[in-house]
Amino acid sequence: MADYKEIISAYKDLPGGIIEAYHAIQKEYSYIPEDAVVAAAQAFDISKARAYGVATFYSYLKVGKRGKNVIRICESAPCHVAGADKVVAALEKELGIKMGETTEDGKFTLEFTECVGQCQATPLITINSKPYGDVTTEKIPGIIAEY
Amino acid sequence: MAEEMRIVLRNYGKIDPLKIEDYINAGGYKSLAKARGLSQIQVIDEVKNSGLRGRGGAGFNAGMKWSFSYNTPADQKYVVCNADEGEPGTYKDRIIMENDPHTVLEGMAICGYAVGATKGYIYCRGEYPYVVDVLNKAITQAKAQGVLGDFDIEVRMGAGAYVCGEETALLESIEGHRGEPRFKPPFPGVAGLWGKPTVVNNVETFANIPIILEKGADWFKGIGAPKYPGTKVFTLTGDVVNKTVFELPTNMTIRDVVFGMGGGVAGGKKFKAVQIGGTSGGFIPESMLDTQVDFDSMNAIGATLGSGAVFVMDETTDLIDVIERITKFFEHESCGKCTPCREGTKRMHEILKKINSGKGSGADIAITERLGQVMTRACLCGLGQAAPGPVLTTLKNFRPDYNAKLG
Ligand SMILES: Cc1cc2nc3c(=O)[nH]c(=O)nc-3n(C[C@H](O)[C@H](O)[C@H](O)COP(=O)(O)O)c2cc1C
Ligand code: FES
Repeated sequence: MADYKEIISAYKDLPGGIIEAYHAIQKEYSYIPEDAVVAAAQAFDISKARAYGVATFYSYLKVGKRGKNVIRICESAPCHVAGADKVVAALEKELGIKMGETTEDGKFTLEFTECVGQCQATPLITINSKPYGDVTTEKIPGIIAEY
Repeated sequence: MAEEMRIVLRNYGKIDPLKIEDYINAGGYKSLAKARGLSQIQVIDEVKNSGLRGRGGAGFNAGMKWSFSYNTPADQKYVVCNADEGEPGTYKDRIIMENDPHTVLEGMAICGYAVGATKGYIYCRGEYPYVVDVLNKAITQAKAQGVLGDFDIEVRMGAGAYVCGEETALLESIEGHRGEPRFKPPFPGVAGLWGKPTVVNNVETFANIPIILEKGADWFKGIGAPKYPGTKVFTLTGDVVNKTVFELPTNMTIRDVVFGMGGGVAGGKKFKAVQIGGTSGGFIPESMLDTQVDFDSMNAIGATLGSGAVFVMDETTDLIDVIERITKFFEHESCGKCTPCREGTKRMHEILKKINSGKGSGADIAITERLGQVMTRACLCGLGQAAPGPVLTTLKNFRPDYNAKLG
């Protein structure tokens, strides 16, 4: 796994590149370690408060540890009327955790998201940003087994 | 009967999007070469005269916008493509970029030439990493072929903030800041990215540019509604038979979209409502389905064309429950910079939750209406101004649904 310090230094001369750096770190770690925010503040020559302010403004970025595979359930109106609540219940049951939690083995985290632009296939979830559409309770074990 | 007309999606399914040769063989990059043989003013006038208006929601004349940047002297100017596509129900920009990335690059390069910008950014939402890959491949190919000349394009990723679709919040985000909207004026055309003149246009707007240069302003002006000419790409979702993407001339009606191309309500159920333009759009009842979909006709009925998302709801839909969900969306997405939006979206959600749970009263309805009016007028950016739209239009068009829930 690439060190976040190396990742940050690859972006530090890019104007406004802090968000790109955060993306790259998250791609590697599945989240942004707290210490990486401090390192980013130094590299981009801004206060820690600012670097933290940027990282926490964006809901796609997550500061602090979470599971290796991030499952996000779309709860925007089109997915909501298509039965997102049933998908939530089925995923919670399958993984034995509640929304917002991570499985004990650190393998999966469950999160809500707003629309991810795949509304031809509601209800929809993403795992590490890969979309799975027209999700039903029956399909869930098979999808989870891929990870 | 509605018939599809593919201008923006002219290469959809016909070319391999990852092969620049395919695009070039289909006539691609000829419009850029043609533009470069004209004066900058001639290019701007051609776009202006075509009547093309922004497809990102605000409907501003594209050529006019370009002329502001052209007329502002600066050592550096920018072209920014808004690919943030955060309006729930919308997936048209994804379809365009996935299937014909070069048409967007060509449109941006034409704009760059016209206004005197050598650098372009595509701000693509972080939820589309697979689209970012397509765009980066296309840019690499275009550079290798030398078709872009001295115009450079870079992709930047959004990170899950709906407000970053608002153009000044988007610019803040490219600069590496929290995506909070700026006060306007100055408008981006004059002082945008890093304070420099910046044209911000939607993906679909740019995708219209090459063909306008190829076939001419008069050709384009003759298509669809005279005041909002051309086509619009619609994405259908909800309780509709064909949940897919269509491109239609702008003089079609909502009925053509939902019942023509859309194939009507799914499962043989009856129609209840359609929300067009994304989650900030108005809720439209059956009686208004014969309205033309163009920007001005939609505004006239208190609705919006917006992004072209078409969210169909059947007779079994609990509208108040949908509205509660929508008010939660806005509470979540408000950036918190201005008070009417930060507080208003929160209270709006609170009241709707109360009404939806059967504990609301007539007084709650009255205060919701008043809060909606205040937000529409007092919020800093379009997010807060449009947030009450779904509430206000359902109060107007579907009042019995509220009454049925009052405690
Ligand atoms: C809250 C909010 C979200 C927006 N989201 C988008 C978006 O996702 N894509 C887009 O092109 N325009 C969006 N806009 C409109 C932009 O501010 C801007 O008007 C548009 O990008 C200009 O391009 P156009 O003239 O080609 O339409 C949004 C506006 C607001 C207020
Ligand atoms: S509404 Fe769920 S993906 Fe768009």
